[in-house]
Amino acid sequence: MTIKRRTVLAGMLASGAGAVAVGMPVARAQSAPFKIGLLTVKTGPLAQGGIQMEQGIAAFLKEKNNTLAGRKVELLVADTGGNPAGAKTKAQEVIERDKVNVILGPLAAFELLAITDYVRDNATPLISLAAAEDVTQRKANPFVIRPSATSGQCSHVMGDYAAKDLNLKRVATISDDFAFGHEQISAFQRAYEDAGGKVVKKLWPPLVTPDYTPFIAQIGKVDGVFHGFAGSNPVKFMRSYADLGLKGKVPLLAGWTGMDDALLKSLGDEAVGVLSAAYYSATADTPSNRRFVAAMQKDYGVLPGGYSAGMYVAGQCVEAAMQELDSKADDRKALAEALHRVALTDTPRGAVKFDQYGNVVGEVFIRRCDKKDGQLVNTVIKTYQNVSQFWSYNEREFLANPVYTRDYPPAKNLEN
Amino acid sequence: MSLWLTLAVNSIALGGLLFLLSSGFSLIFGLMRIPNLMHGSFFMLGAYLGVTLLARGLNFWVAALLSTLALALIGGLIERVLLRRLAGDPLPQVLLTLGGAFIVADLCLMLWTGDPWQPGTPEHLRGVVEVGGLYFPLFRLVIVAVGLVVAIALWLLVDWTRLGAKIRAGVDDAAIARVVGIKVSQLFTLVFALGAALAGFGGVMGAPYLSVYPGLDFEMLPLALIVVILGGTGSLLGALVGSFLIGFLYNFGQALFPDLAYVILFLPMLVILVLRPQGLFGKVVP
Repeated sequence: MTIKRRTVLAGMLASGAGAVAVGMPVARAQSAPFKIGLLTVKTGPLAQGGIQMEQGIAAFLKEKNNTLAGRKVELLVADTGGNPAGAKTKAQEVIERDKVNVILGPLAAFELLAITDYVRDNATPLISLAAAEDVTQRKANPFVIRPSATSGQCSHVMGDYAAKDLNLKRVATISDDFAFGHEQISAFQRAYEDAGGKVVKKLWPPLVTPDYTPFIAQIGKVDGVFHGFAGSNPVKFMRSYADLGLKGKVPLLAGWTGMDDALLKSLGDEAVGVLSAAYYSATADTPSNRRFVAAMQKDYGVLPGGYSAGMYVAGQCVEAAMQELDSKADDRKALAEALHRVALTDTPRGAVKFDQYGNVVGEVFIRRCDKKDGQLVNTVIKTYQNVSQFWSYNEREFLANPVYTRDYPPAKNLEN
Repeated sequence: MSLWLTLAVNSIALGGLLFLLSSGFSLIFGLMRIPNLMHGSFFMLGAYLGVTLLARGLNFWVAALLSTLALALIGGLIERVLLRRLAGDPLPQVLLTLGGAFIVADLCLMLWTGDPWQPGTPEHLRGVVEVGGLYFPLFRLVIVAVGLVVAIALWLLVDWTRLGAKIRAGVDDAAIARVVGIKVSQLFTLVFALGAALAGFGGVMGAPYLSVYPGLDFEMLPLALIVVILGGTGSLLGALVGSFLIGFLYNFGQALFPDLAYVILFLPMLVILVLRPQGLFGKVVP
């Protein structure tokens, strides 16, 4: 007699059902672990943010004892090397070989753009940290949610604040010459000029620039400077800005990567007084943030910033979706849909919910960098509630326009 | 007006730093005939070591001296233990230095994490020189001074000492130099160590102004290449002139033609390669 595999399976299922019927411990506790694949960057110039991403999700899983919604969780970490080709390879690896249930990451916008179609074709949910606007806008992907922010989400706020609260009339912008920089600056410019300000100069140093002096020398007479640098570039830029005597004379504003809390330990006096708009602040007084900051201090001796907080929140989203789906969490399509429905009241960055395109709606903080007891801290001076990726604009009109680029929307007030 | 003056001073400062970086590269290239692709790594390693020592409260110059010595030792070891085994095989040697550069980059990432480090400018060099409402950070002027001192010292070494004569002989024709009894292989070790030390020293001097972060190595390496191609391999004068040329070109080019930011440094290199492949001060290698 041959025993068909299907027969055995049926038998196992039947006995499982029997166990539930007589009130035995739920069978899913012994089922295969829920697999989370983390696409991060552990080598090369982007490693700084990538390492923080891994620390953030590791801190979350440790707090939860590697168990989410009653089920064991396995974390698989893949190093993309911080480039689109590497992201694609590693995405294939975690989806096809490891068969992960959900992907967290990647870090950089061009990495996300390289894999967004691939995860949709393979029906694997992805929780992004990367900011590429269109992935949750004109080319929204039903398998992607983003609990961090689009490139423009924080700088819209900064633009509004610069015009209305700071009353700056004329501002120069400077940022890395790549998609994240373009999107940030264009969003700043749009919100700032709509609130009455004028962007009179836009400077675009290449991503790799050994010395920012020639660019800073071109800034000229303005009331303020907004910078959108990322990675290690803010450190270099702000030192040169202070060295050339502009600090204290021309106020400096920054995006979230430019003054991330995790970057503070690399900065010195040149950063004091810099204002920034960010979706996360290590000083936020929520229960989960207190736990998170304490865990990061204890395990890694660091103050967490947006990269690690973004991944902690991503972990919370996974947990919430698993709780909703219960035993159906292995259905990847259902998981993606459940992730879109997640609404959390307590995360390190405050309350979080998602719009229909999968992008977060949450708080954005304006912070001022102060020196307290010899340490730099970003003190929150204003909080904007329920900030969406569309800011105060009408969603339909916003989406009818092209995506933010280096030259869109056009700057009409440039001076030489 | 003020813009031009600021740029001019900054051009000279960048030139001084580039000279520290590229003089060693030029010597190694001239003598051993290999572009040492680890040169940027030596710069970064020197910068990291310097920053670490500074963080322990050492005096800036002591920290600079210690990292320079450490890099000399590392450079010497790499030549003796690794490159030596491939003597006379330039291509494998270049590949070895490339592999070494990747290894150093990952080791630095492990040891110093990915966070950027920027040491404060040393207290006694922190001042700002104000001329007619313009600010010049004192430290950048110090870099120029140090670059010039090193240039003079190297010139004395190469042009006026017996050792220098041997190095020049090795650069001109290694085979004949061997025939007349010069231990060229010892020169290789020495020059490689010297080049690494100079790069490491440049790293420490550059740290307060460039900051140190993963990727600094491969930002600096092309600059050294450009300077040496412009100036001519093996020529110290070429490295000096090339450094200041690039310093000016970089600063004024970025300010005047921001749209050409990506090519501004490579255009003159292209012109030189077409019109004068040996570089401005290089000798024609038969």
